[in-house]
Amino acid sequence: MKRTDLRRQVRSRKRWDVAFTIVGIVALMIGVLTFAALFADMALRGVGRLDWDFFTSFPSRRASSAGILSAWVGSTLVMLVTALVAVPLGVGAGIYLEEYARRNWITDIIEINITNLAGVPSIVYGLLALGLFVYQFGFGQSILSAGLTLALLILPIVIVATREAIRSIPQSIREGSYACGATQWQTVSHHILPYSSAGILTGVIIGMARAIGETAPIITIGALTFIAFLPPAPLDGEPPFLSFQWLFSPFTVMPIQMFNWTSRPEAAFQANAAAAGFVLVAMTLAMNGAAIWLRYRLRRNIKW
Amino acid sequence: MTAAAVSASRLAYRRSRIVRERVIEAVLFLAALLSVFTTAGIVYILVKESVVFFRHVPFVAFLTDTQWTPLFDDAHFGITVLLSGTLTSSAVALAVAIPLGTIIAIYLSEFAPFRLREIAKPFLELLGGVPTIVYGYFALLFVTPLLQRIYPGLPGFNLLSAGIVMGIMIIPYVASISEDAMRAVPMHLREGSYAMGATRFQTATRVVVPAAFSGIASAYILGISRAVGETMILAVAAGMQPNLTFNPLEPAATITAYIVQVALGDLPHGSVGYQTIFAAGLTLLVLTLAFNVLGHILRKRFREAY
Repeated sequence: MKRTDLRRQVRSRKRWDVAFTIVGIVALMIGVLTFAALFADMALRGVGRLDWDFFTSFPSRRASSAGILSAWVGSTLVMLVTALVAVPLGVGAGIYLEEYARRNWITDIIEINITNLAGVPSIVYGLLALGLFVYQFGFGQSILSAGLTLALLILPIVIVATREAIRSIPQSIREGSYACGATQWQTVSHHILPYSSAGILTGVIIGMARAIGETAPIITIGALTFIAFLPPAPLDGEPPFLSFQWLFSPFTVMPIQMFNWTSRPEAAFQANAAAAGFVLVAMTLAMNGAAIWLRYRLRRNIKW
Repeated sequence: MTAAAVSASRLAYRRSRIVRERVIEAVLFLAALLSVFTTAGIVYILVKESVVFFRHVPFVAFLTDTQWTPLFDDAHFGITVLLSGTLTSSAVALAVAIPLGTIIAIYLSEFAPFRLREIAKPFLELLGGVPTIVYGYFALLFVTPLLQRIYPGLPGFNLLSAGIVMGIMIIPYVASISEDAMRAVPMHLREGSYAMGATRFQTATRVVVPAAFSGIASAYILGISRAVGETMILAVAAGMQPNLTFNPLEPAATITAYIVQVALGDLPHGSVGYQTIFAAGLTLLVLTLAFNVLGHILRKRFREAY
């Protein structure tokens, strides 16, 4: 082979490198541009509707006076129930699997289950909730049912995040604690939990961001799409002052409100859908962004 | 206090400590066991309602009937009608997500400068966090009008635009997991390849991708089960009328869209119409479970240990 042939061959192979770099950047750009188009389209269509009244009005038959009051209140309350259920259960399960579980078949079954549950479509959780919470337990089509459903849905996310956070704590911390005579729970509550709390929080935020955008399971349990009232307030004037009536109230949430408006043919309602979508995306982006920032800080600051 | 009393009180303290430890462990164990109860609950509910359903509808008719009209007087229950919608839209989504996701993963793992990767990965995660109803809105009101300009005969509801948007939604999952798998390939394999005079592209396609194949395959499988289980994009943008077709230019209902459609109406609890959604859900669960098992087998079969 002559020297010039070799040169040509090397050049042509190098050209493949350049070509693939361009293809890679183009592929990445398709993702970025799609997102930009999505966000810009929603912003342009919806920005006219985004004012104070939009947040403080109930849905209405007239698009121009409809708002998302019942939707955001519903979303907030459902998220409250979800967090109160999913965080203790998920963190507890994560602690058990990392700190307590012995290597045996029960542990194996639990781990396989968690992996599998993470892959179950969200609408199947909706069917579970419809059969179990709504009819078997008689919770009805309520905030409680929805909160429990979403809690089950994000449980695998919280468990996995908890386990990863705990696993990054070096063994010497535990040994030091035991050497001072601490019990296992003292070791967990004084050392393991505080040191892993930022990692756990990251997972919880990502889980909640997922839950707040979930539509299918909540439609499946039968949330209504047109709610022009608020659930009863959790505080009332008479003793015992706390009221849990709101747990059993009918409700709607942000994504369902958006779905309802999206599926109407009138352009005015679609503008409402755009505005609601804008609020929803802004919320999930803020939550995911917070989680990413938290993880970034964590990676930089902690050196064992 | 005498010495005996002191040791007795210490013993009592120790005993209460041990009891408390045991109780805490039991509580944590129950929290972990909840995942098993959840799976059991899903299977129990789906099977219980489906058994009643299959008492009304023969299983063979469920699989072979070519009509899905459960709410009409002349009711037909052919799940193939809904399956065709699910499979067609998933195929479109994968045709978008697998090439783009793989290219992005290879680019980020083997070509991109460090800084770009540090920005691109969190950005992809953000893209994956956008609620699917927002993607549904985007498919119906942005992508479909865009496609109609290219192909004027396209109906307002169609599987194509829903599938494309679904594919874009899945890209982050495929890209991120494939990239993790490629990053896990040890550096010395790449160094060996470069030492032999291979270019970046040759190293990426002939060394890194084969070595990371089990991880990449499981990324694809995850993408497939996401696509099969996706609901809102299809419910919004693909229309909800059952249609036995493999043509992505037509509107069609998927299994998930049918469940949403029934849930939006008010069917009485216990009617056959109510039970169909559980039979449909069971089909969906079996389908995703099959893909997950397949992914597990692929991962085991092609795992490269270093």
